Parts: sequence; structure tokens; C-alpha cells
Amino acid sequence: MGCVMRLIPMGGKNMTQKPILSIADMSIVFSSPDEADIEAVRQVDLTLTPGKTLALVGESGCGKSVTARAVLRLLDKNALIQRGSITFEPKGEKPVDIAKLKQDSLPLRAIRGNQISMIFQEPMSSLSPVHTIGDQIDEMMTIHEGLKPKQARERTVALLDQVGIPGARERADAYPFQLSGGLRQRAMIAMALACKPQVLIADEPTTALDVTTQAQILDLLRQLQADFGMAMLFITHDLGVVAEIADEVAVMYLGDVVEQGSVFDVFAAPKHPYTQALMSSIPKMARKADRVRLSPIKGTVPAPKDRPEGCAFTSRCPHAFEPCPTIRPARTDLGNGHHARCHLLTRVPVEEPA
Amino acid sequence: MLGFIGKRLIAMILTMWAVSFVAFAIIQLPPGDYLTTYIATLAANGDRVDPATIEALRRQYGFGEPYMIQYWKWVSGIIFRGDFGQSFEWEAPVTTLIWGRLGNSILLEGLAVIVMWLVALPIGIYAAVRKYSLGDYLATIGGFIGLAIPNFFFALILMYLSFIWFGETIGGLFSPGMENARWSPARVWDFLSHAWAPILVLSMAGTAELIRILRANLLDELKKPYVTTARAKGLSEFRTIMKYPVRVALNPLVSTIGWLLPALVSSSVIVSVVLNLPTAGPLLLRSLTSQDMFLAGAIIMLLGMLTVIGTLISDLLLAWIDPRIRYGSK
Repeated sequence: MGCVMRLIPMGGKNMTQKPILSIADMSIVFSSPDEADIEAVRQVDLTLTPGKTLALVGESGCGKSVTARAVLRLLDKNALIQRGSITFEPKGEKPVDIAKLKQDSLPLRAIRGNQISMIFQEPMSSLSPVHTIGDQIDEMMTIHEGLKPKQARERTVALLDQVGIPGARERADAYPFQLSGGLRQRAMIAMALACKPQVLIADEPTTALDVTTQAQILDLLRQLQADFGMAMLFITHDLGVVAEIADEVAVMYLGDVVEQGSVFDVFAAPKHPYTQALMSSIPKMARKADRVRLSPIKGTVPAPKDRPEGCAFTSRCPHAFEPCPTIRPARTDLGNGHHARCHLLTRVPVEEPA
Repeated sequence: MLGFIGKRLIAMILTMWAVSFVAFAIIQLPPGDYLTTYIATLAANGDRVDPATIEALRRQYGFGEPYMIQYWKWVSGIIFRGDFGQSFEWEAPVTTLIWGRLGNSILLEGLAVIVMWLVALPIGIYAAVRKYSLGDYLATIGGFIGLAIPNFFFALILMYLSFIWFGETIGGLFSPGMENARWSPARVWDFLSHAWAPILVLSMAGTAELIRILRANLLDELKKPYVTTARAKGLSEFRTIMKYPVRVALNPLVSTIGWLLPALVSSSVIVSVVLNLPTAGPLLLRSLTSQDMFLAGAIIMLLGMLTVIGTLISDLLLAWIDPRIRYGSK
């Protein structure tokens, strides 16, 4: 039932709502004193729409978290956004290019936590061990809305209640280590939502939790999104979670977003060989007679320095041909907001093998 | 919390009893006693002492009695009458001798600790946040120099420089006329104009150590995810660092406050001798060489007391600032 609900866009009228956050052609380079620079993120194009969830999937180290952190400029000083833009356009305000803001500047701090907020993977280490949950949530409201401590605490208690923490008033005085993993993540979510952000970035919020808790947290996030109407960027490596929560999905491979589209389009008809390979590596429920061996993706992810100049997937792609290693494939529009970067899609049909 | 304090108080009393027992045993360890030293000194000057007088003195002080009886006499005097015994050498009650000296020690070392923290905190934080910057390297170099130079040597250098450059000798804690005056603004000023040198000397090594520890602790904490969370909230970099990682990095340092008090007292002995300071250190040294046993015993016991109290203070502080300790041990 939840799926049907989410098919209808928020606001209801037009399918093409204006994006609130769009990342265009972003590249992020990490420099280190003793090694060559590493381009961890090479080519990322993403668009987030209010009320919708975009899931960013990919293997470990493909640049998902780096992309997410770049949106709030939370990367270390040795990371540089070399190219591209992160355009944030809140309702009724002028668009801002976050990539151009200074890291500790006032305009950026006004966005952080207030308009775009973030939930992290490890709720234990992501909360301060020596401050109470309430203290850490109150702070959001005191810095962004100038609330007095007492008013902030009232809001905090209401928030904790809303995210389903029992005994919210007492729990506000608890320290993170006194709560279970699930409750800690709920507190983290309450903190992220304290100022009613328009964009919520969730960086693998359920990875550190057990499956039951994971399902509860996903339900909670979905329900809160319906209440608050925010856009959500959900990072995960779990395709099951994607199917559960996302409206749209973007697939990342080694720093490139190779395919983006609605969950139904991408899951039903993946256009990029990497996405196709990912889909066929998921175990399927079938009768014994119909069972087939899982087909893993051959080879391993190359290190960024061995990445071909062209398509990053060339070395493992079963369909690779001449232009792949040298020419970067263009972003091909496949209709209905479905995009992919693959030379196969632009190949002149005559050349196709019979 | 009250139960915790109660338990600690009982443990403290037991520790003090053990300290007194061992202290009394140690000051009796060297062969002979104060009288043998006294007779030897007199003999060296060509004086002869009447054996009857010596025997009378011996009985009066209780020398020659079994250890346990001597110990009991001493301890019961302290517990029931606050009487630490008589100093042989100074021919005065120990209590009148040590309180002023010990007061000076605690005042001086307390100030040294405060200076230490005031100087080390900002430098340590700066060195960690701006790792490998020029300031960090300067702090590191300064820190190693501070750790490497012995205190007394630094005191000597300071005395030399002050004499060469300003034609002033530094030493003592008060001007000659002020020693026994009552506390007044003039006396405080006089004290400060003398005390800056010993405070500087005493706090140097500790400051250097504190900077190193704080920098290392903070470097660990700065990488933790909760710091990123704080930044993601929209806090300014300064507030992020001061409220979260610095707060956590201070915890292990607070637990060292307890050792600081006794360490400062014992390490300041040579400095006090060099700078001619009226503190407890030189008094202890002198009483030990002359086998002035009640005086030495009293000072050792009070140092033990400082250690125990210091540890209690730092444990309470730690429980106060770190909820993991407060709620962890039930």
C-alpha cells in the first residue's frame, strides 16, 4: 500500500516538480602529501525533488558517502570539489551553489542542519558520548531559530515523541550509551528533523542496525517524509532497502553515477551493464526447477588510479567495445527522467550484431 | 554518588593508616637515631656529652622502645591531640614548623598548576587543530625543550639572566620585611613579584607535558564522527571544537590532576633549594639528613594525604564531567 501512495507525487498536480537540489557534473579530488591525487568522485549528476526519495546505491568505496558529505561541505580539507555545482533552490528563495560557499561561512552554516540536514551511519559514534541526547537536539533549535533553552527542550521532547521514543521527557536527559541502537538512531533522526529541513540526507542510516530495527527505522523515515514533505537522499548498498523506500534510484560505480531513474524503470529495465549485472546478482525466490546459479560480476573494482579514462566499468563489462576505455559516455536521456551513461545506448543501430 | 564518596572516604582512611605506618618505618630504617647524629656533631666540635644526659634524652624521646610502641605514641598524639611530635633539630613542635611551609608549598604549586592549564590548554588545542602548521611545530619544539630541561637548571638560568639583564636576584618568596607580615594588598604584590619565577619554573615541564597529551588526545577525537555531526548541525568551527572534541579530550587529563599535587611537591625540592624558597621540600630534605624523625614523618604523611585527597578530587571531577563513569559503575 505504501508503494501505491508513493507513486502519486507530493502536491499531486504535475509529475515534473522543480528539483530542490541538483548536483551537476561534480568531481571531487582528494590530495595527500605522499601519494598521487585521487579523484574519488568523477562525474555525479543527481536531482532531488521535494517529497521524493532518491536512493544512491553502489559498492563500498564508490563515492556515495563522499557525494553526500560534499552536499553539506563536510569533507576534510584535503578534498576539493574540482568541477561541477551543487545547486540548492529552496522554495521561494534564490538558488545557491553550495560548491562555491566557504567551508566555515555563515551562509553555509545557515543551510547546514537548518535547510539540509543529515543522518549518519553509526548512531553511537555520531552522537557525543558526554552530552545528553536532549542537549544535542536542543542545540539545533537554539542556533538556527534562537529559541531559549526551555522552549527548545519542549520541542525536543515533542520531536522525540514523534520519532517514537517512549518516555521522551526522561529520555531527553539520557546519554547515548544508555540507549539501544534503534533508539539512538531515532534520536539522531529527531535531531536531523529539528528545524524541519527541506532536504534530508541519510548516509546508510540502517546499516549498523539489525534487520527488525532497520524495518522500523525505514517505516519511520517514510512516515516522517510524508509529514514533513522533504526531499530525501538515501545512501545504501542494499537493493532491498532501495525497493522499500525509494522513488528514484541512482547507481554509482567508482565515482560515476552510471544510471538514474525511477525505481520501477531502473529495476525493471536497467540500461547500464553495471546495473544489469547488479540486478542479476540478487538471489531470487524460485521453485527448485527454475533456480539458476547467481551470476556474480566478474573481476574486482579497480583502484581509482587504474580507472580507464572513459567508462569506469570497461574492465568488467561484458559488452565493452572500442570507445569504452577512452571516451567518457554521454548522459543519455531515455525518457521519463531515466538517464544512463553508456556507449551502447548511443551506438548507431546498424553496428549492432545481428 | 554518596555511596561512592563514602566508600572512597573509608578507603582513604585505610590508605592514610598504611602510609603513616610505612612512613614511620622508613624514617627509622637508617642505623642510629637523632641522638647518635647529635652526639657525633658535638664530638666533631670537640664537646663531650655526659652519658647520663644522653640516657635521659633517650628515655624522654622514647628511643630504644619497641617499634610498635614508638609508632603508637606518635600516631595517637596526631589523632587525639593533633600533635605531630617535637622537632629535635629546631627544638619546636612540628606543627608550628610545617603549617606555614606547607601553606607556601600548596599556594605555590596550586598557582603553578593553574598557570600550567591556562598556558597548555590554548596551545594544545591550537597545535591539534592546526596540525603540522608552523604554530604546531613551534609548540612541539617548545614542548620538547620544556620536557628536556631539568627544573633546577631552568631555575639557575633564570637567576643568571635576571641578574645579568635586570641586576636583580630572584629567590625567596617575600622581601625581607614582608616575611611575617599579615596578608595585605602590599604583601600579595610582594609575593607575586617574587613568586613568578618559581611558578614559571615549576609549571614549565608540566605545561610541556600537558600540551603533548592534549594534542594527542584531541587529534584522536577530531576524527570521530560526532564532530562531523556537530558541523552538520550548522555550528561554527570554533564552537564545534570547543563543545565536543575538546570536552572529550579533557577527560583523561582531569584524571591526572590527582597525581599533580604530590608530584609537584616532591619535584620542587631541588628547585626550592636553588631558589631558596620557604616551602616544605627543603625542610623535608633537611629533616631526613639530620634524622629529625618526627618532622620527616609528619611531612611524608602530609604528602601522602595530599596524594590521597588529590586522587579523590580527580575521581570526583571525572565522575562529574564524564557520564560514562558516573552511570557506568553502579
